[in-house]
Amino acid sequence: MPSEILDPSAATAIHRRHFLKISGISGIGLILGVAWKSAGMEILAAGDVEDSFKFNPYIFIEKSGKIILMNPRPDMGQGTFQSVPALIAEELEVSLDQVTILFTGGEPEYGSQTSGGSSSIRGKYFALRKVGAAAKEMLLSAAGKKWNVPVDECYARDAKVIHRPSGKHFSYGELAASASKLEPPQNPALKDPGDFRILGKKYPRPDVPLKVTGKAVYGIDAEVPGMVFASVLHCPVFNSVLVSYDDSDTLKIKGVLKVVKFQRFLGANTYDALAVVADSYWASYQGRLSLKAKWDYRGFDQFNSEEFEQKLRELAGTEGVVVHDSGDFAKALAEAPVKLESLYETPIVSHSPMEPMNCLARWNDGDTVEVWVSAQGPDLVKNEISGALGIPRDNILVHILFSGGAFGRRLYCDFAIEAASISKAVGKPVKLIWSREDDTQLGPFRPLTFSAMKAGLSENGAPLAFQHKVIAPSMGATMNKKRNISGESSSMTEGISTQKYELPNMKNEYVFADFHIPLAAWRSVTSSTVAFAHECFIDEMAVKAGKDPMDYRLETLLTKDSDTKKLLTKLKEVSHWDQPLPKGWGRGVAQYEFFAGLAGYVIEVSSQPGGGVKIEKVYAVIDLGTVVNPDTVAGQIEGAATMALTAATKNGISFKHGQSVQTNFYNNILIRINEMPEVETHIIADGGPVIKGVGEPGIPSFAPALANAVYAATGKRIRRLPFNLSKI
Amino acid sequence: MASIGLTINKKPYRIEADPQTPLLWVIRDIAGLKGTKFGCGMALCGACTIHLDGEAVRSCVTLLGRAEGQHITTIEGLSAEGNHPLQRAWIEFQVPQCGYCQSGQIMSAAVLLRENPNPSDTDIDEAMMGNLCRCGTYNRIRKAIHRAAELM
Repeated sequence: MPSEILDPSAATAIHRRHFLKISGISGIGLILGVAWKSAGMEILAAGDVEDSFKFNPYIFIEKSGKIILMNPRPDMGQGTFQSVPALIAEELEVSLDQVTILFTGGEPEYGSQTSGGSSSIRGKYFALRKVGAAAKEMLLSAAGKKWNVPVDECYARDAKVIHRPSGKHFSYGELAASASKLEPPQNPALKDPGDFRILGKKYPRPDVPLKVTGKAVYGIDAEVPGMVFASVLHCPVFNSVLVSYDDSDTLKIKGVLKVVKFQRFLGANTYDALAVVADSYWASYQGRLSLKAKWDYRGFDQFNSEEFEQKLRELAGTEGVVVHDSGDFAKALAEAPVKLESLYETPIVSHSPMEPMNCLARWNDGDTVEVWVSAQGPDLVKNEISGALGIPRDNILVHILFSGGAFGRRLYCDFAIEAASISKAVGKPVKLIWSREDDTQLGPFRPLTFSAMKAGLSENGAPLAFQHKVIAPSMGATMNKKRNISGESSSMTEGISTQKYELPNMKNEYVFADFHIPLAAWRSVTSSTVAFAHECFIDEMAVKAGKDPMDYRLETLLTKDSDTKKLLTKLKEVSHWDQPLPKGWGRGVAQYEFFAGLAGYVIEVSSQPGGGVKIEKVYAVIDLGTVVNPDTVAGQIEGAATMALTAATKNGISFKHGQSVQTNFYNNILIRINEMPEVETHIIADGGPVIKGVGEPGIPSFAPALANAVYAATGKRIRRLPFNLSKI
Repeated sequence: MASIGLTINKKPYRIEADPQTPLLWVIRDIAGLKGTKFGCGMALCGACTIHLDGEAVRSCVTLLGRAEGQHITTIEGLSAEGNHPLQRAWIEFQVPQCGYCQSGQIMSAAVLLRENPNPSDTDIDEAMMGNLCRCGTYNRIRKAIHRAAELM
């Protein structure tokens, strides 16, 4: 049912050209479009529809009054479907139920269209408000001219311009034609935050009603006429080569059309793979199960996690790339009266979004391809298909649909390239759907990181020397053609040298470990693991110093004012840190600041009579500077806490015989509802100069706060993730 | 291949397909109702939860043959106007993030509330344990079920 996909009332993302076609606007229909050219901060106006194609405006206002806002940030659950157009709508003076929101399709003029790095609001906050404000000024000017009154007698509200003295008004639709002929203002006035009607408010998300009625359209729901289905067979032992295959049983299955050999492109890696194409998903999946492939493992089936982890422990004693060196660490440590050192270990984990990887692709004559996909960036989809299959970017049309989760996984578009390759091979539109087993076993995965920690303290517990050495494989080395030692070292030691703690004589290092399995960013990237070591070791220092871990941070390590100090002070207050807890209970605190932002937790746990530990309460504080939707932020923290709890206490991914032992949710365990404690979220949004991210900062500090709480309650120091709460 | 009669959301269908086909793919790709989602294929995540003659089942492992002559309800048929108390409560608490698991969550919760109009937190946990949410909306699901119980 292609009509469903192309129904904008279902708030699906479609390409604007299609939208204009189906909504019946022709070249002579006048619309107002305002674009923000990212390069020069130049605001541009669109005349008619044909002209507007030249620079892809964010705002379309039809004569009928219909308003379309283009959204350059795909939504995978983090709320950008509402929060990004809200920036335009606030200044344009329209409510979100008066607009149609469409995702952009990777047109270069929109600049980066990738949701990643918690960057959407902090990257677009002023630019998109300016777009909305410029359009509003043009509409106000047009109304003033029509009425022949001074513009300052007019104001805009709810998609209308109103003449204050007389009360008469024009709808935006009535003004669109004349407004579109005006010169756009380059520096439109932005609203005073005190006048905001959307931003900063708990504003309902327009995708929610669609998501509770089954109407939201995800990549897996896309359909076009003549579409066939593909299931794929990859070798779970990475780097294996396909020797031969036997598809005789597969081809006997009713509905199976063809078996196609193709390549999976993931970063700079290519892997042999087979697709079974059929007239139904079930036939394609049955066909895939009966396909017999012979692989040459090339020795990679000898790989196992235990040996690799032992190798990381051995590497902990070696010199790495120095990523930070202040003072004289070696001398200060040697002279320190009190010394401590620890090794911390974290596992590989999978992204496991609920919607398995999938894509609908239609390869057309003339080497053009159209894809419907849940991805984190239409620009990424274009780049990757273009790069892998050797067709120009302009030959690729991308329709971004809602993502059923992503967490970094959908920054890679290997599955979209696969769908395009298979469609090309069979000459039909192909919907590719990975099984959960494919999704779990094929990566890319979050890297494991080990951390060798050292500190020297004075007699009264003041820090004299500090070292955080990360021993880990490198994401970049597993995904890129060329090594970039400096970039990889920085990426794999994210945040360890830039916490606000006042630590003299600090020398941080990165020890590279070679690894052949693809690794990639997972929600909060390397901070998701290195923060565990960092913040637990700070706790160890506090204990050694005989100080309360909160007071040690605030009074010994953070004497100067900083956002971190403000955050911890707030956490101390909201968690009632100074109030005594029942016997057998304990509190833990942790914070982490990194590229995406800053958040922290206080977690309360209780020792259970029969053994084990229970999480009683989670307090979170996130520092944003400016908040767009506080309810979305609270949801992101609740979600990050859940995801971090899974990563801290469930199995993770381990390899035996070269392949992931975990295959589906019975052995790759996620937290379920009965295990999820209450999370109380507090937001610091005091309008500071820096706007910080939302989606990721709730991850890194969760595991260390939990482990520190376990220590406070039981005296048992957790230095390896995952750990089993019921077996402490 | 067989011809199997069943009802989906009160509408009769005659399905020409292998009776071993899981209902999930019949509902999605033959009946064209996409609100029911594929998550794991092994009844582990609950994203595909539907009602088969009023009982919550995982459609990814329930075979077409078993549904002959029976009544299926999917998220699209839970209420005529999309305003079932659970759907209203889910909107009030802004429960979904990515939303992919939420059809299944709501279909499981609907059976819970029918059997137990005033569930405790423990009742909710027990009834909803089979529905995974990777985004982590569990606390809101719990609150929204309590709220829906009030609305019913």
